[in-house]
Amino acid sequence: MPELHAFLAMGGYGIYVWSAYAVTGLVLGLLVLASLRARQSMRASLQEAEMSSPRRRTR
Amino acid sequence: MTFLRAVVERELRLYMRGVVDLIGVWMFFGIAIAMLPLSIGPDPDILSRIAPGAAWAIALLASMLSLERVFAPDQRDGSLDLLLLHAPSIPLLILAKSLAHWLVTGLPFVVLAPLAAIALGMDVQGVWPLAGALLIGTPALSLIGTVGSALTAPVRRGGILAALIVLPQTIPVLIFGTAAVSETLKGRDSGPYFSVLGAFTLAAVALAPYAGSAALRAVRN
Amino acid sequence: MLRWRSHRMQAVPPCGPSATENAFITHAATWTEVMAKALHRLANPARFLRIAAPLLPWTAAGAAVCIGAGLWFGLVESPPDYQQGDAARIMYVHVPAAWNALAGYAGLALASAVALVWRHPLALVAARCIAPIGACFTVIALATGSLWGHPMWGTWWVWDARLTSVVILLFLYLGYMALIHAFDEQETGERAATVLALIGAVNLPVIRFSVDWWNTLHQPASILRMDGPSIDPAMLLPLFLMAGGFTLLFVCLVIIRMQTELARRRVMALRRAALVVPQASDA
Repeated sequence: MPELHAFLAMGGYGIYVWSAYAVTGLVLGLLVLASLRARQSMRASLQEAEMSSPRRRTR
Repeated sequence: MTFLRAVVERELRLYMRGVVDLIGVWMFFGIAIAMLPLSIGPDPDILSRIAPGAAWAIALLASMLSLERVFAPDQRDGSLDLLLLHAPSIPLLILAKSLAHWLVTGLPFVVLAPLAAIALGMDVQGVWPLAGALLIGTPALSLIGTVGSALTAPVRRGGILAALIVLPQTIPVLIFGTAAVSETLKGRDSGPYFSVLGAFTLAAVALAPYAGSAALRAVRN
Repeated sequence: MLRWRSHRMQAVPPCGPSATENAFITHAATWTEVMAKALHRLANPARFLRIAAPLLPWTAAGAAVCIGAGLWFGLVESPPDYQQGDAARIMYVHVPAAWNALAGYAGLALASAVALVWRHPLALVAARCIAPIGACFTVIALATGSLWGHPMWGTWWVWDARLTSVVILLFLYLGYMALIHAFDEQETGERAATVLALIGAVNLPVIRFSVDWWNTLHQPASILRMDGPSIDPAMLLPLFLMAGGFTLLFVCLVIIRMQTELARRRVMALRRAALVVPQASDA
């Protein structure tokens, strides 16, 4: 337990170090999430558009 | 040359027709300068120290106010098509447009900015360096600004956008323009700063017309 | 496989400069043609997607492994800096983010140049997708730099050359993104932004030089320089791991966003086609 404490304290700079990593993780995580969700929804509407397209390929 | 002159004369006529807007630009400069002591406090030490830099920065901002007038009206009423049709070369048109813009929003600040700086308490010794730095540096601002105006020509109310994309590009001019004045005031040799400032303007004269014509081609298909 | 028949994609056929333009420099002409041919092959969105789709899981896995290992070595298995203590660990996210912010602008400029010179339609898409990612890395570099600066300098912000340059870089990204979205026609915005990106790329070294100069002019005496002490080799490993991981993540995100953008264009093309030929879908 004291090791964990020391690790989290980061020699007194804990707040700065952990907020820096948190900001980085937050921004990158949100960016990844937003990109994936945009792709997912766009693929869904692509499928929809393909289905209703007059140029749809018959299988 | 005749084309350049014709376009500059036409632009100046148009600027004079909307002279209220121009007076607005100059007034913005005056009011913004007057805001400084009101916001920072009337301490002469601080004011005199920031005077040349403040005059430069606010003159730069003020000259960005009128960017919307460079290409957007011509694009809207179709006269840009005619200008492009009759231009011997598009870079020449860009050059003429920047020259006219500089005559109404660059040149006046060569006179106004030293007056404002003195009002803020700048040493009288700084008048000539400040006027000189503005005279050498502001053409570059108008040239870069014209490119930004060309990039936003079809955008409705594109003036703010033009200023937004142009301002970061003008940072070198601002840095060396203010350094030229402050170094003179500190009694150091400021010749190199004026030279670099002149180099920026020459580079802008050489490059901006081509960047501007690429910009016009890009936004007008 | 889908048939990619977007009008926009075909409106500007990818081609090199006309023969008359470079007839007098044969060497440059052949080089240009070779380049154009290679790029032309990638210009087909379907082919790009075929290459990118299997590439994506590998880059994603690489990014995850590199960042995971970088976090382990950076936070646990590396010594604290002898001057800055554990605060130096912020470097492992700050510096790679700043590198990626700058590399992202280089990529943006490169894609813009390719789009402008060879009229490469995919390059327009790539440039458009790079910008927001680069802007995010710039924001990370600024935020972590500020969090690093507070314990080291005693203030959240110092106008030193590096921080100022990164702020200006952020403005360049934001200006690009504002311009690209300002037009009714999407392609017009892209081409305008292309020109702006190239102007910025030409000007960026000049800005950097000016800001450095400005910094030496106004150098306050008591600032601890970030690049002062040499870096311990044990700190280089996590630094490079994180830099590699961030770069792979950048590539990953560009691919994902390009896939999205290409799908969007395909949807628009299909909808337009459906408007032109209504009620013909019972074939």
